[in-house]
Amino acid sequence: MSETPLIELEGLRTHFFTDEGVVKALDGVTFSVPRGRTLCVVGESGCGKSVTGRSILQIVDRPGRIVEGRILYHPTPHETIDITALRPMSRQMRTIRGGEIGMIFQEPMTSLGPIQTIGKQISETIRIHKGVSKAEARNQTIEWLARVGIPRPETRLGAYPFELSGGMRQRVMIALGLCCRPKLLIADEPTTALDVTTQAVILDLIRELQEEMDMAVMFITHDLGVVAQIADDVVVMYLGRVAERAGVETIFDAPRHPYTRALMRSIPRLGGSREPLEAIRGMVPHPFRRPSGCSFHPRCPEVIAGRCESLDPDLREFGDGSQVRCLLYGSQTEAQQ
Amino acid sequence: MTPDSAMPPESTAPEGEKRIEVAGPWTLFWWKFRKHRVALISLWVIAALYLVAIFAEFLAPFDPTEPNRRAIFAPPQRLHLILPTDDGNWRFKLHVYGYDTELDQETLTRTFVENRDKVVEIDLFARTSPYLLAGFIPVRHRLMAPANPRDSFFLLGTDRLGRDMFSRLIHGTRVSMSIGLVGVTLSLILGIIIGGISGYRGGTTDTLIQRLIELLQSIPTIPLWMGLAAAIPLTWNPLTVYFLITVILSLVGWTSLAREVRGKFMSLKNEDFITAARLDGISEINIILGQMVPSFTSHIIASVTLAIPLMIISETALSFLGIGLRSPVVSWGVLLQEAQNIRSIVQAPWLFWPGAAVIVAVLALNFLGDGLRDAADPYAR
Amino acid sequence: MTAAPDATATSPLMEVRDLKMHFPVQRGLLRRTVGHVRAADDLTFDVFEGETLGLVGESGCGKTTTGRMLTRILKPTGGSIRYRLENGTTEDIAEYEGAALKRFQRDIRMIFQDPFSSLNPRLRVLDIVGQSLRAHGIASGRKLEERVEQLLQEVGLRPEYIRRYPHAFSGGERQRIGIARALALNPRLIVADEAVSALDVSVQAQTLNLMNRLKARFNLTYVFVAHDLSVVEYICDRVAVMYVGRMAEIGPREAVFTRPLHPYTEALMSAVPQPDPRLRGASARRRLKGEVADPANPPAGCYFHPRCVHATDLCRTEMPAFRNLGQGRSVACHHAETLNLQGALQPRNTP
Repeated sequence: MSETPLIELEGLRTHFFTDEGVVKALDGVTFSVPRGRTLCVVGESGCGKSVTGRSILQIVDRPGRIVEGRILYHPTPHETIDITALRPMSRQMRTIRGGEIGMIFQEPMTSLGPIQTIGKQISETIRIHKGVSKAEARNQTIEWLARVGIPRPETRLGAYPFELSGGMRQRVMIALGLCCRPKLLIADEPTTALDVTTQAVILDLIRELQEEMDMAVMFITHDLGVVAQIADDVVVMYLGRVAERAGVETIFDAPRHPYTRALMRSIPRLGGSREPLEAIRGMVPHPFRRPSGCSFHPRCPEVIAGRCESLDPDLREFGDGSQVRCLLYGSQTEAQQ
Repeated sequence: MTPDSAMPPESTAPEGEKRIEVAGPWTLFWWKFRKHRVALISLWVIAALYLVAIFAEFLAPFDPTEPNRRAIFAPPQRLHLILPTDDGNWRFKLHVYGYDTELDQETLTRTFVENRDKVVEIDLFARTSPYLLAGFIPVRHRLMAPANPRDSFFLLGTDRLGRDMFSRLIHGTRVSMSIGLVGVTLSLILGIIIGGISGYRGGTTDTLIQRLIELLQSIPTIPLWMGLAAAIPLTWNPLTVYFLITVILSLVGWTSLAREVRGKFMSLKNEDFITAARLDGISEINIILGQMVPSFTSHIIASVTLAIPLMIISETALSFLGIGLRSPVVSWGVLLQEAQNIRSIVQAPWLFWPGAAVIVAVLALNFLGDGLRDAADPYAR
Repeated sequence: MTAAPDATATSPLMEVRDLKMHFPVQRGLLRRTVGHVRAADDLTFDVFEGETLGLVGESGCGKTTTGRMLTRILKPTGGSIRYRLENGTTEDIAEYEGAALKRFQRDIRMIFQDPFSSLNPRLRVLDIVGQSLRAHGIASGRKLEERVEQLLQEVGLRPEYIRRYPHAFSGGERQRIGIARALALNPRLIVADEAVSALDVSVQAQTLNLMNRLKARFNLTYVFVAHDLSVVEYICDRVAVMYVGRMAEIGPREAVFTRPLHPYTEALMSAVPQPDPRLRGASARRRLKGEVADPANPPAGCYFHPRCVHATDLCRTEMPAFRNLGQGRSVACHHAETLNLQGALQPRNTP
């Protein structure tokens, strides 16, 4: 990892100040998004994977707020912009959002404007970020729609989102996310609402475009199958923290963190044994009831009695660039409550 | 509270978490409502207004219809607590000061000048002429009354017949607040039955009912009310008129409630938990009454609360136009109708106090309704 | 590994024949019927006692509708559902209503997909799980409480939870409550409609294990409606694949997954993202083109032909019959015998 990454998150904390109390959605997240590769962020509900994506774009919904940490964006290896220092609605942030960092969401219906044609939405975005003429924006829009596999794009310019099928809407969403040739595409569960056959096509498409445009992709998902299909690097999150980060082969073949290992064992695999699945015991704790020490210890099959309950492990780096936050690998700090 | 054995051993939940797990829907409703400060205050205001309505006779110092020829358009008197005694000392005693009246020979208007020598002592829980509280409990006491019933004690002044505005306002509260409640109850019954049928049966029944509602809603209300109210013979007794006015008001009022109920039925009908109840072998009537109705009761309460102020305003408007309630019935609208002349504005601005009452009641009900509506679905995620 | 029940040896628990669900499409003020959505059409299959039959397909293929007809939430517009009672006699429950139906709904139960909307938030666990017992007059009062406590223990929840409301539980726990509700009447057949798809990965495994354990313990039969083929492959004995309201193929799990007979099955399987980075792109060459057919206006011939790479003129004109090819396998494809299709699993003899 000698090259400067595209994005670096340093000790990011995003908290939600609800009536019932503070939900620490992100509780010190540190990882980097390398250039031109696909990074998958995986985890179960409540692990903070979506909030991470939203924090980078500064679109965390109220009552959520970034309370600590930095998001460093390096447009070129020698430039650094601290996104957390920008106001969410500032001109610079708006240029970054949508222009340099594109995004795709799970439900395109809620992120595509319902009363504008898809052609207009895409060409407006191109015009705002690229400052090209109307005719040029239109041409680029048609190009993009063709690029993402929408048949007869000229005729679809005038279509409204509700007139398209789920798969087609997600393609439009991808076109919208990519039309400004961003350096990073944040895709938040973009295929979860789709059928497998459509999902496969969309995954192919994202992979293809990623290679072609040499863009970085941060792919947020809960589906380990999807991770295996698309990731170069994987970040496994649990309760608002990074549990493990490694290359995709390491994650699947030799995961280090007990949580990753347990996740791998708990999913049914085609052609696998029909013995009972090795489920992880218990449930993901309620965000208000974050366990002490290592937050995974109550469910951990490899828990070290007397240590994991009280000691909060550090993120430890290995020679191959992987990082693991677990006491099994030594390094730890005394619990700071 | 269930014993702590109900908690899994690994969880170390604080007390608050434990309570929420066994909290029923109404407890959650209340917890959520409680956070809405303005609504909570409004709740107390509304409660106070209805208490006033119930105990009107007890709270009012005088009979609201009794004229007093010596105190026509008398201004409000201030209530004092500390009464100087003859020996230079003082004691606690509620009292007001009487008036000296002068007739301006040029303008022929009567002016009232406070006379500090005429002390009117006010007794608490004073024994007065007997009356029936809320129409059936014989009582002889009132909250406040002058020791001598012939003395002047007009906290909000008097009207053109010398009737005590304070007493009239209190009695007006009863009529106005109750007309809202009775009218809404009627609307509610109509709305739930018709809206329920419409939403539950669906199909052609639903289409017909919806068209009827649209038709009713498209009629301009004021002319409709005017027409209907004009049809009430002048000779009918005030109680009948009162009842008929509520019926007229609820005739339009039910439509929006019916729509709400229909919408709830329609969305609930296809909820998984209703399907599950059906599979569990529960009869349709029990599903409706035991599962569907409780699911939207809180919504209905909120809508009803928001419908009451509409009724109050409508009644006020009708009466103000002189086609609603009529004397001797006292309502806020009737009181305002009596105040609608130049003379009142110039000489007796206190006659507009009922207007303030309308504003307070309507605002409080609206705030309360808003708070209830926000809390209506404690399970919203 | 248990073998799939032999189709000829045991008589099925449920025989579904030509089952149809056509929803009318109504337009205008007068609600004239202008057409039908064929949500399910000519479905024929058997459900054997003690098996888990997987019903798979993409959204809109009619698998949920089928599940809802088997539980008789929906009344089919045609066909029969012959159900074999414990005394051996069979009855067609497709047309039953009221009391007659209520009797069968004790035997045939349902687990819903969404653990949030399927539990009434205003009822306590005791009432949610116990309401069927009450409605059927089986238990009440203290006896009901005991039974519900026992059911909660069966699904791995603490019996003390009966006084709690659903909002106190997580998604996985709620799904267990839903399972307890389905078990309350000692059912024989449970239709699980996407029962684990809304759950987290780790909770999904727990729930699948629980369902398998309960199946063995209470001798249950499952119809498992799902879109996740890995889950289906894990839990099912036989698999039925549906496409636009019709049965594409049905057969024993291993056979269908190693050598599918219908091109749609092959395409579906190739699309499953397998949790193994080495298999990346291995199946990428068999992507489906085009869109799922509109069930209100399906194409002529085989509904799948516009997307099928093997389609011939025959496929474009003639709807293939759902044929039995022996060994418990049936398929609706003209060319099933000649196509050599590849499944998600490698055949055993060629590792």
